[in-house]
Amino acid sequence: MGDWAMGLAGGLMIGCAAAVYLLVSGRVMGASGILGGLVDGTGRATVAERLSFIAGLVGVPAVAVLLTGGAQTHITANLGLVIAAGLLVGLGTRMANGCTSGHGVCGISRLSARGIIATLCYLAAGGVTVLIFKHLLGLT
Amino acid sequence: MKRNLVSFATGGLFGLGLLVSGMTDTRKVIGWLDVFGDWDPTLAFVLGGAIIPMAVAWYVTRTREASVLGRAFPAPPTREIDTNLIAGSVLFGAGWGMAGLCPGPAMASLSWGGLGGIAFFVAMCVGMLGAPRFTAALSARI
Repeated sequence: MGDWAMGLAGGLMIGCAAAVYLLVSGRVMGASGILGGLVDGTGRATVAERLSFIAGLVGVPAVAVLLTGGAQTHITANLGLVIAAGLLVGLGTRMANGCTSGHGVCGISRLSARGIIATLCYLAAGGVTVLIFKHLLGLT
Repeated sequence: MKRNLVSFATGGLFGLGLLVSGMTDTRKVIGWLDVFGDWDPTLAFVLGGAIIPMAVAWYVTRTREASVLGRAFPAPPTREIDTNLIAGSVLFGAGWGMAGLCPGPAMASLSWGGLGGIAFFVAMCVGMLGAPRFTAALSARI
């Protein structure tokens, strides 16, 4: 299958997961919100639900990769860059109250102005950052 | 218990979708953001594919009182488009472009991402912890 077909198939799986989470559990499936509520304690009332979600999110792909014999990953070996990126992603997603799944998938699909604006901002910032870090600095 | 099972299953399906689509491969994500270089359009199909079932789900919520397990559906966002939304999304996008990881794929690839993946995850949690203080400091200055 071409990359676009795999992308579409994976995207449909992501969308179905978000749809089930909304229709069955009544929640917006946002990765940064689910993790962030655990990290800072604001999600105290729903700790078990959040932990279960993360257990599935980490564990199921782990088993799939074990069974199929490996996955492609190209995380940069530059640890300083990885740590700076992680800090920015954690800080930014909590400030904006959402990331690619919450604002992108769940927000755009309900035509939320906040979701659409957030998505335009992180896409533009991501594009400029790749231009700077890959093409000007040669770091990634 | 049922809620936890649903959470586990949806988290698992989400993770498999991220894996299948290529979102857990940082090179593909950086390729998608590389508009000025060797652009890889795959992620447009991922986002498009994910939005279709979710748009149907939002439509279904209009015809029902509450979710299957009884919880009310999330209300439309009441918050306005403010500095935090825009500044936060710009900071997030910068980090996304630097490493090619956003929160979902960072967790999905934790088991095979090696030291880099773990370092990213820990730093992301630290960033999340610091967000309220940073936001307060920012609003004091504006």
